[in-house]
Amino acid sequence: MSEQALSTSASVQTKEDVENALGSHDAATDQYLTFFMNNEEYGVDILSVQEIRGWEAATTIPNSPDYVKGVMNLRGTIVPIIDLRLRFGMPQVDYGAVTVVIVLKVGTETGDKIIGIVVDAVSDVYSLTSEEMRQPPDLGEQVNTTFIKGLADVEGKMVILLNIDVLLNLQEMPDTETLKRIVAETE
Amino acid sequence: MSIDLSQFHQVFFEESFEGLDSMEGGLLDLNPDDFDVETINTIFRAAHSIKGGAGTFGFQIVADFTHVLETLLDEIRAGTRSLEADHIDLILRSVDCLREIMQALQDEDEPDMTTADELKVEFEAILAGESQPKTKESQPERASSKETPPKETQSTQASASESETTADGSDSDETSESTESTGHWEIYFKPDADVLKTGNEPVRMFRELEALGLLTSDAVLCDVPDFSSLEPESCYMAWNLTLEGGTREEVDEVFEWVIDESELSIRWVDETATSSISTDESASTAEDVSEQEDGSESARSEEVSEADVEKALEEVIEECKHIDEEDETVAEADEPVVEDTVVETAVADKTPAAKKAKKSSAPESTSIRVGIDKIDSLINMVGELVITQSMLGQLGEDFDMAKLVRLQEGLAQLEQNTRELQESVMRIRMLPISFTFSRFPRLVRDLSKAMDKKIELVLLGENTELDKTVMEKIGDPMVHLIRNSLDHGIESPEDRLAAGKSETGTITLNAFHQGGNIVIQIIDDGKGLDKDRIHQKAIEKGLVTKDEILSDEQIYELIFKAGFSTADVVSDISGRGVGMDVVRRNIQELNGSVEVVSVPGEGSTFTIRLPLTLAILDGQLVRVGEEIFILPLVSIVESLQVDLKMINNVGGNNEVLRLRDEYVPILKLHEQLNVEPENYDLEKGLLVVVEADNSKVGLFVDDLLAQQQVVIKSLEQNYQKVEGISGATILGDGRVALIVDISGVLRIVNQLKGKKAADDPRAA
Repeated sequence: MSEQALSTSASVQTKEDVENALGSHDAATDQYLTFFMNNEEYGVDILSVQEIRGWEAATTIPNSPDYVKGVMNLRGTIVPIIDLRLRFGMPQVDYGAVTVVIVLKVGTETGDKIIGIVVDAVSDVYSLTSEEMRQPPDLGEQVNTTFIKGLADVEGKMVILLNIDVLLNLQEMPDTETLKRIVAETE
Repeated sequence: MSIDLSQFHQVFFEESFEGLDSMEGGLLDLNPDDFDVETINTIFRAAHSIKGGAGTFGFQIVADFTHVLETLLDEIRAGTRSLEADHIDLILRSVDCLREIMQALQDEDEPDMTTADELKVEFEAILAGESQPKTKESQPERASSKETPPKETQSTQASASESETTADGSDSDETSESTESTGHWEIYFKPDADVLKTGNEPVRMFRELEALGLLTSDAVLCDVPDFSSLEPESCYMAWNLTLEGGTREEVDEVFEWVIDESELSIRWVDETATSSISTDESASTAEDVSEQEDGSESARSEEVSEADVEKALEEVIEECKHIDEEDETVAEADEPVVEDTVVETAVADKTPAAKKAKKSSAPESTSIRVGIDKIDSLINMVGELVITQSMLGQLGEDFDMAKLVRLQEGLAQLEQNTRELQESVMRIRMLPISFTFSRFPRLVRDLSKAMDKKIELVLLGENTELDKTVMEKIGDPMVHLIRNSLDHGIESPEDRLAAGKSETGTITLNAFHQGGNIVIQIIDDGKGLDKDRIHQKAIEKGLVTKDEILSDEQIYELIFKAGFSTADVVSDISGRGVGMDVVRRNIQELNGSVEVVSVPGEGSTFTIRLPLTLAILDGQLVRVGEEIFILPLVSIVESLQVDLKMINNVGGNNEVLRLRDEYVPILKLHEQLNVEPENYDLEKGLLVVVEADNSKVGLFVDDLLAQQQVVIKSLEQNYQKVEGISGATILGDGRVALIVDISGVLRIVNQLKGKKAADDPRAA
């Protein structure tokens, strides 16, 4: 399957294998939850989404990077909140009524972690087949694109499907420029 | 009919490890000159149940190995063999070996049998070797009636003497009963009527016998009653079986579980001699079977000529001598090997202690045994909680302000219920510290032997309870400290005598509770820490500069620094310089502390302080700006309002507080944790004086809030370790508050200082 060819991490592959095998829907179709950030639409695998919550103040963690907004109490579990805008180096916006936190389960080397990401707004859920997805453009060795699972064209809009397992484990984050180039080159 | 036995394996392993522990404990108590028979019995019983369990679950290697061990123990128990120090050593080593084998089996690895095989040879040598006087009486008739070659007789001795002295027939054996000679077993087996009720199924036993060789069976049905009086759950049948093949041991094993509730006779029928030899019968059946057996046996013994008897006897005696020699050489050859293993034991990660610790920490799903009283009190409390809950529920259905008092009462009750419940749940995790202490007698015994020192270990406060997780993690640091005391602390017997002390050094382990903490002390009466040498060494290693004037405490503190070791010769036991700082770090990870007090010539005392549990912390809530942080209450010395007169400025920007007769550096918590404070002015806030790593520091905060117990939640679980923060908790209003790791904050400060110091000269 092309989507598997896309993902570089072995752990991700096996996870998808399992999910494909378990899913009652057509093996080639995956569902993605999409959200907006800086007027760009991004998608994450819906199976990794634990819940969607409104923004509420979090307890800041001392000496942490600015994109870590702090930790919050999710029914007794301490969950770190990451502002994806800041993570991507986008301009910061004030949190408003539609600002939401998507709580995700992220696979890491040390096991699953629960992490919340702050996004501008939640958009939709799309079912996408692997044929509908396109590979991210090759931007040379300098630019790491492994955090992108693929790009999809939905009703004329470009959706960037994120591979969150890779994304939230990355040490270096792509900046807005790179994201723009990726989108531009795909179109 | 097949039951998956593997589901019981875990239980078997747990029980066996417990059994091994009790064997070890018993063995260490044993004194060859004057021992308590009951101790031997305890050891024997433990070995016996391990053997039995191993046999049942198909761990034949364990069963076989335990068998020889048990045979020796049984002879000692019965008094036919005197207990010697070598025996204790040998059995101790076997206990280690068994533990390793079982660990491997538990991990589903292939166990390493080389040690076991070596030990087995030693056992067999011992078993074959001594106890001659006894053998001389018992052997002639045996030898004559059996006409067995001497080799077989050696092992027969054991069973011969055994069957005479013990009633437990199932333990008798003829290990090397050969099947080479043509012949077959004739077995008469009449189980008691209740045998089926105890879960023993004859058909299965026959199936096992069938695996040993050709089995023909003939059922005796004469006892089967009329159909009307037949009880379906009773067994009325008896069987005459002939089995071609299998050793006596194997046959015995099949019947091991029913031997006490059946009539059983097993006879070897030699076809070449056409005479059947009765070997031995189980004691329980002796009366019943003796009628048919005795006659034939006595008749047959007469057939054997006197010459034969003498000849066999000579052979036997000669063989015994030979074995004796062998025994000696084996013992000699083994001596250095023993020492090697002991030393190795002490050093590397291979130590049984370290392994044991690994074992206890690795499988997360290990179980703990909880006293039924603890469970009962828990159930009572849950009951009360349910009552309170329903009371409050009813109240809520039609509430008006008139019922406010009742609501408040109900809530108070709920609070009390919750607290009690919490306390008793915590108590379940509490185990007496003897679980940790119990491994040290062995360690001290082995190490003192390896170092030729005479050391007595005194254990105090063994019943002090602490959390299981804390207990698991404190074992290794303690091993390190005890090793250090043994190696560096206690002098050699000559030195001790020269110093006017008794030859035997004493190491005392003491545990007690002290204000929400457990305190563990390791006290030795050795030579104490050598201040000058420590100082000298620290200067050499560049840990301190020559000019620094240090107090005694500060010098003792140096031994906990990384890369510090005073041992001139790096011995195998200690002195690799990684010890003490690792000890301190491990203890600090448990929110504990370790300190040392030493008097030259009189000894040193290491004191470890640990929280009783890792799950709950007594905390002081403090406010810094908008944020609430929690300081561990145990580390707070005092809190005070600052009087500017008490503040001195040292070296530019370092403020210190003059607190009575000492100077305490001031640390602004908001600076370290990067939060916006309400007050920058020292006078407007509060100072919380805390103690960590034996140094005091004043933390500047905006306000002190409540003191409360907080449940510690991990930050690392979903995020990562944060410097200066040991964890998080959830406050009553659902907010998350971070718990300040005081020694971590101090570390950050020291690092920054170090950086500054490093930067400065470059700038200049």
